[in-house]
Amino acid sequence: MITTIPVLDDDPFGDEILTDPYPFHQRLRDSGPVVHLRRYGIWAMGRYAEVHAALTDPATFCSSRGAGLSDFHREKPWRPPSLLLEADPPTHTATRKAMSAVIAPRTVRRFREGFTASAESIADELVARGEFDAVTDLAERYPLQVFPDIVGLPADGRENLLPYGGLAFNAFGPRNALLEEALAAAAPVQEWIWKSCQRDALSPDGLGASIWAAADAGDITHEQAPMLVRSLLSAGVDTTVHGIANTVAALAAHPEQWAALHADPTLAKFAFDEALRYAGPVQTFFRTTTREVEVAGTVIGEGEKVLLFLAAANRDPRKWGPDADRLDITRRASGHVAFGMGIHQCVGQPIARLEIELVLTALARRIARLEPLGDPVPKLNNTLKGWQSVPLRAHAGG
Amino acid sequence: MQTAPHHEYELDLVLDKKETLADGVVQLTLRSADGADLPEWEPGAHIDLVLTDDLVRQYSLCGDPAERSVLQVAVLREPAGRGGSAHVHDTLAEGDTVHVRGPRNHFALVAAVRYVFVAGGIGITPILPMLAQAEAAGADWRLVYGGRTRSSMAFRDRLEQAYPGKVTVRPMDEVGLLDLPTILAEPGADVAVYCCGPEPLLAAVEEQCTRWPQGALHLERFAPKAGATDGPMESFEIELSRSGTTLAVPADRSILDVVEASGVQVLSSCQEGTCGTCETAVLDGVPDHRDSLLTDEEQAANDTMMICVSRSCSARLVLDL
Repeated sequence: MITTIPVLDDDPFGDEILTDPYPFHQRLRDSGPVVHLRRYGIWAMGRYAEVHAALTDPATFCSSRGAGLSDFHREKPWRPPSLLLEADPPTHTATRKAMSAVIAPRTVRRFREGFTASAESIADELVARGEFDAVTDLAERYPLQVFPDIVGLPADGRENLLPYGGLAFNAFGPRNALLEEALAAAAPVQEWIWKSCQRDALSPDGLGASIWAAADAGDITHEQAPMLVRSLLSAGVDTTVHGIANTVAALAAHPEQWAALHADPTLAKFAFDEALRYAGPVQTFFRTTTREVEVAGTVIGEGEKVLLFLAAANRDPRKWGPDADRLDITRRASGHVAFGMGIHQCVGQPIARLEIELVLTALARRIARLEPLGDPVPKLNNTLKGWQSVPLRAHAGG
Repeated sequence: MQTAPHHEYELDLVLDKKETLADGVVQLTLRSADGADLPEWEPGAHIDLVLTDDLVRQYSLCGDPAERSVLQVAVLREPAGRGGSAHVHDTLAEGDTVHVRGPRNHFALVAAVRYVFVAGGIGITPILPMLAQAEAAGADWRLVYGGRTRSSMAFRDRLEQAYPGKVTVRPMDEVGLLDLPTILAEPGADVAVYCCGPEPLLAAVEEQCTRWPQGALHLERFAPKAGATDGPMESFEIELSRSGTTLAVPADRSILDVVEASGVQVLSSCQEGTCGTCETAVLDGVPDHRDSLLTDEEQAANDTMMICVSRSCSARLVLDL
């Protein structure tokens, strides 16, 4: 049987698609389950079924050759590969297990009090001010207050986390202007990041120290410990910054959804989950095939790069129904792949969910209406979808 | 090969033959009442045996895939188990009708030039048809088969006779534990390692294969702890404390499923007990923890559970929902 493989010429890392990816996502899904992207000579999947299947088949769609465009078999990575994100079983199994134990439910429960205090104080301040920017006054502030504390980072230099995260996520894309700029911006901070991953830089009661303790216990090696602390720093900040900004921006653009949340702030965790589905921060990840594989009739050879569009899968009408493009905080959003799925699913997911549920609850209790004061300004990144500025006015309500 | 999930069958089959293969191991041969061909399957596949309404067990198919008129499984009596294997051993009789679901395959044999198969005890069952496939493909393969005692090892004679020189039988009471450092000594290109057996064996093989090329090792698990989500599927009741609603959780559905179907909004993500999103406080009753996340202590406290995979030891659970 001869099947025609759909080919698209678009640049998914170009400014146009990064600014507004959704029309392209629709074309991608409608073109077929597996599409060839000519510009980069790679494969792409945008439908939920295939994206989910690839994420949960790490033996075929591996990560050790990089979760970005670059194939680590052919090119030297920009930094030593992540022991979690850019590793396969069985090596991945041990580090993942150690990291899961560090971020155990019991540990995360202890963060509630500190997160709540920060969230309440920021929410009070924003309501008092009336006008605020959901990015600079909220999304970039709150995680930078609470997250470095639980890791146990030194107080000085925490602002370095944002350019580092920006680079880590831009580096999954091609070497375009965005990546060049990110490399330049992050060049001065890489030394600080690596120093902060060392045992002597970390407070004795944080997640960083727990990772070092896992090395003392023999669960991981002492060489792996700073690498795993680095994973926390790369993956734990920008993602939640974008998560908060995207959630608040989406809810502000849908006044009836905010009104429902204000009426019942216990919906906050569902609102965040739906916002992740609707506008997840992490738009894409790559995998590399370990063997020739047939997916929905298309044969992909061994050693090929496959770009998985998580955000396109999360709006696939084949999975979510005809209103997949609509934000609905009462929807059953469970099963979305904004955190990934399978063995590489975000290990910090419980922290992110707790962080954002609490800040959203604090805002929803106090604010009856969020009025947009202008169009949000997009922030472009090869992997992350987010905003540079989301100007809002908070209307307090009881 | 990855393809769209194929249709899953529900069949009422007749237990044609029940024979003892080894100490504590019986083989069941199932046929359709009218002699019709049964669904196709490939080595590594398993089926569900629906033993009673609330007793469902998974068993690997151990027969010959080309023999379309029968499905065969081998069942070890597990004295510490909670009734599935005892039911098979003590209650099921030749001539009985058995409800079967599947087959499904999460452990398919990939193409390779050479194979190393490592089986422990009843873990030989999915490996058995793989050997025939590897042999038919002309691959270079060997099997190391460990077990407690020689007499407890099903298919032992048959294997030694059919594949002389390729099969090594290693009863633990005679020669001790499998010498994995030697068996898996040299990582080779184009070699696939398949292992099935008890958790300590899987863990040891995984450890041994850290130096092997990525993707060489195939175990019948990836993320959840092996066996964590297995176990008997029995029905029980849950009470949702916030609404006072009582719901029945049947053997074949999860708490999460039942709660969602009742219209109560509840968060979940991985649905395999690894991410922690569906964690729910337990107000009364004793959960049967099957997640891979809570520590032993946290599980023992019985005040929280992952409702996507965990079930109940008590007839009723009260949840903070």
